[in-house]
Amino acid sequence: MSVEVRRTGEDLELELTGEWVAERFAALESALASVDLAAAQQLSIGTRRLTALDLSGAWVLRRFVRRARAAGAAVRFLGTQPDQLRLLDETLKEEGLGAGGRSPAPAGPQPLAALGRIAVSAGRDLYGALAFGGRVSATLVASLPQPRRLRPISIARHVYDTGITAMPIVALIAFLISVIIAYMSARQLANLGADIYVVDLVTIGVLRELGVLLTSIIVAGRSGSAFAAELGSMRLNEEVDALTATAVDPFEVLVVPRVLGLVIALPLLTIIADLVGLTGGALLCRYLLDMPLTQYATRVEEAIAPTTFWVGVIKAPVFALLIGLAGCYRGLEVRGSARELGRLTTVAVVQAIFMVILADALFAVLFMELDI
Amino acid sequence: MIYPALEVEGLVNRFGRQVVHDGLSMQVRADEVFGIVGGSGAGKSVLLRTILGLQRPVAGVVRIAGADITRMTEAQLRHIKARYGVTFQQGALYSGLTVLENVQLPMLEHLELEPAALEELAMLRLRLVGLPADSAWKYPAELSGGMVKRAALARALALDPGLLFLDEPTSGLDPVSAAAFDELVLYLQKQLRLTIVMITHDLDTIFRTCNRVGVIVDGRMESDTLERIVEHPHPWIQAYFHGERARARLGAAHGA
Repeated sequence: MSVEVRRTGEDLELELTGEWVAERFAALESALASVDLAAAQQLSIGTRRLTALDLSGAWVLRRFVRRARAAGAAVRFLGTQPDQLRLLDETLKEEGLGAGGRSPAPAGPQPLAALGRIAVSAGRDLYGALAFGGRVSATLVASLPQPRRLRPISIARHVYDTGITAMPIVALIAFLISVIIAYMSARQLANLGADIYVVDLVTIGVLRELGVLLTSIIVAGRSGSAFAAELGSMRLNEEVDALTATAVDPFEVLVVPRVLGLVIALPLLTIIADLVGLTGGALLCRYLLDMPLTQYATRVEEAIAPTTFWVGVIKAPVFALLIGLAGCYRGLEVRGSARELGRLTTVAVVQAIFMVILADALFAVLFMELDI
Repeated sequence: MIYPALEVEGLVNRFGRQVVHDGLSMQVRADEVFGIVGGSGAGKSVLLRTILGLQRPVAGVVRIAGADITRMTEAQLRHIKARYGVTFQQGALYSGLTVLENVQLPMLEHLELEPAALEELAMLRLRLVGLPADSAWKYPAELSGGMVKRAALARALALDPGLLFLDEPTSGLDPVSAAAFDELVLYLQKQLRLTIVMITHDLDTIFRTCNRVGVIVDGRMESDTLERIVEHPHPWIQAYFHGERARARLGAAHGA
């Protein structure tokens, strides 16, 4: 119990007992809420048996006292009024709490305004991205005459981080995908007695599309997010400002090496994916279709045109550029909070993958027109 | 109110071969402001982390309100943690939450409050530390350095702790703001009867607010009242209190 109530006619006497502390807030509130103030003319509050009263406890008491006064009762304390109540009165004397300075209440749904806002922000986004790409190109061109400013060591580090360390996962995925394609197509083509075309499907599929596309998606998830998170936290930590303030261009030391590193690493990863994919197809043909490896090799040579390999690999630098730019752009956009960092890292990866697939579709149309 | 005093006995902390604390002992009495001083790398932060239960010591005892926290499980620590408040050097406000939400977070976790009471109690803390009402809906990134310190203090007071830890409360503030913060700490200490443990380098803060001072030297702590610790013969303590930067301040304190 935290309150003992005695009622004599119009006099109400409350004896506060025990600990009135934040931990017991709910109990204190319900104890006071159950006190019936109706018809009370005189309210006496005894505090002598109170063992502890903290700010939260005092706040509950103060609110009760105000309620009693509003109900027309005269309030007095038996013994001294607790210091904490005086502190509250002093702190809160100007105005009630929570009244001033509230942020404007959100208005009801306004579909037209929302549409406009989305359009404007999308336009700004596009503009920002184009400006970013332009600035990266300008920085790159400006530093080309002086190889030192291209930061070869930094580029090497990023080739290692985005390329070398990604090799196991890229190889594994390429292997599994080629096995899946070979297996699925073998089941279907066997119905037509055209098993041999499994080789064509795997070879052309992996070399032209899947090798580069899957590698790009893996790299977007691995390195696009890493770029965004790294640059974003540097931004939060004011490291980017520190670079700018020392007249070091963050685009030159942060963005260009990352993008160039990725542009070097992704084609190499694609070649590895192609090789491993063909190996996977060969193994499956050998052990599932009992096709001798020499026959597989001959069939591969027949299936591919001179351009097949290059059609795949030529896309890799373009995809790398898109992934690198998306990651760095979103990373440098981070302002203010850890939540922004998470949001923009997500945006970087989603947009990188989207742009890679979109670019792949455009390449497909282009190559069709060129009849390659 | 329960008056938690803090007691550290024979604390040993080691990282590999590097010995940070070698039998450090200290006692903080109820209702006093205890300043912890020490050179860079002397182990002030490690000491604070150990006291807060963020890190277990190699040996030694840390008692808060009489209970040894070094032997507690996480669940038991939770109860102790609700009884002390901490401000970190950089504020450590949650950047994704507004100032008001920052103050409300400990309350939401530890207390059962209805939304209206939650908001009013949090606003009360902001008012108490002297933050203007419109700062409640700002995000930490929009605050000035002094306001971040105040908001951190408001959050530390959210659960009405009897014990308050302040890590470099005035670092990075201009002298005027720092002095105002000292006064705020003193005011709250008196009004709320807080026991305060503060790590600080700021001589002005030490002379204005601290009753007793503990200096970490050679992995141990020499603690005494402010008047007596300045006479301690240890060379580092002499250099600290009687160096070029300290002389003016000390002269002023003695002259007063």
